[in-house]
Amino acid sequence: MSKLFPKSANKLPLQIIILVFVLGGIATAATTYYATNKYTNVGYAPVQPVPFSHALHAGQLGIDCRYCHVGVDKGPTSTVPTSQTCMNCHNQVKTDSPLLEVVRNSYASGDPVPWVKIHQAPDYVYFNHSVHIARGVSCVECHGRVDEMDVVHQAKPLSMGFCLDCHRAPENFVRDPKLVTQLDWKHPEGVEGQVRDGKKFVHDWNINPPQSCSGCHR
Amino acid sequence: MRYVYLTLFLIVVLGASVFGFRGSLSTRSPLEVFPDMDHQAKYKPQAESKFFADGRADRPTPVGAVAFGRTDDSADASFLKQDLALFEGKDEKGQALSGFPSALTVDARFLERGQDRFTVYCAPCHGALGDGNGITKQYGMGATPSFHDDRLRQLAEGEIFNVITHGKGNMLSYADKLPADDRWAVIAYVRALQRAAHTTAADVPPGHKSELGIK
Repeated sequence: MSKLFPKSANKLPLQIIILVFVLGGIATAATTYYATNKYTNVGYAPVQPVPFSHALHAGQLGIDCRYCHVGVDKGPTSTVPTSQTCMNCHNQVKTDSPLLEVVRNSYASGDPVPWVKIHQAPDYVYFNHSVHIARGVSCVECHGRVDEMDVVHQAKPLSMGFCLDCHRAPENFVRDPKLVTQLDWKHPEGVEGQVRDGKKFVHDWNINPPQSCSGCHR
Repeated sequence: MRYVYLTLFLIVVLGASVFGFRGSLSTRSPLEVFPDMDHQAKYKPQAESKFFADGRADRPTPVGAVAFGRTDDSADASFLKQDLALFEGKDEKGQALSGFPSALTVDARFLERGQDRFTVYCAPCHGALGDGNGITKQYGMGATPSFHDDRLRQLAEGEIFNVITHGKGNMLSYADKLPADDRWAVIAYVRALQRAAHTTAADVPPGHKSELGIK
């Protein structure tokens, strides 16, 4: 009787087990790398209806973030500016630029400019901008160096783990609230100085960021 | 078996080349791996609505409506905006108010608030010193008046309030950016700037003269 299985078939069970582990490892690595906000959201830079450059307005001109994003220190939402805000200057500067056509039409008609939202918190997250601004969490912590971006992209993952990094150790991030919109500011004494002053701020202002679910989810 | 691993390796390379790396810029809207309840049937501020004809979830304020429950400290004064001095910059006779509304205390904290707001909203055009040499001048903004000429130094506070609220000439209204009490804080700071630009050595308190190198 001829042999039904060759001799090499003796190794097959072991090879299959190893292959399963290798496949499992690849699947785990791929999910970890690709299925989180660090891959899916970071770098999202949609095409906007007006090619507004933050690098020019916030960086080069040094206009404060709050000049346009008026609501950011007053309430939960960092409001997208009205087209009247644009017209404060652009009723005199580059008045016939075709790129600003959309803004001029919006100002004349009252219909909003269809800006594309980039930073999307899930609807079950109740994030409040003003409390963070008031307690000295800079814009840069969540939005990156917007003052260097010609086209704004999402710079940070904004996942729950990202929020908790700061909620668990706010002293690494809080600064004097007067400096929140200075995106290039770093503590002059480096990490040591940041932690020392951060601890002082956390103590003096009684900063107690919630880590319980209901702090952010309702 | 060698072929199995070779194929697997090719699949990994293919996958990596299709999906790319973390942080690469993309104009496509984010992939939602676990959509959960990310998008709920509710309106968020400045969002889109398919229900209203103009497509806005935020509804325009009906004419004559007064916002209720704002967090101004002087709740009664702000409820119906009845305090003409505070909300319109007018005295009892309907003339532009000189001085500041009685509802506000002008102190160091108030001035600091004014400085902060001035730096954000006014300095881009009027300049940090109020001399009309803001950064926007280099980019083609028209002539911005200096606060330090006699006409603007003698302007009643109520007049300045009126300009911030309703705009004047090429300057549009800043009422949406500065609530009434912030407008007054800015005016207080403008007054401080004007005073600072017209001082002499005699105005410096004796204790501070040495800091400035004045005898």
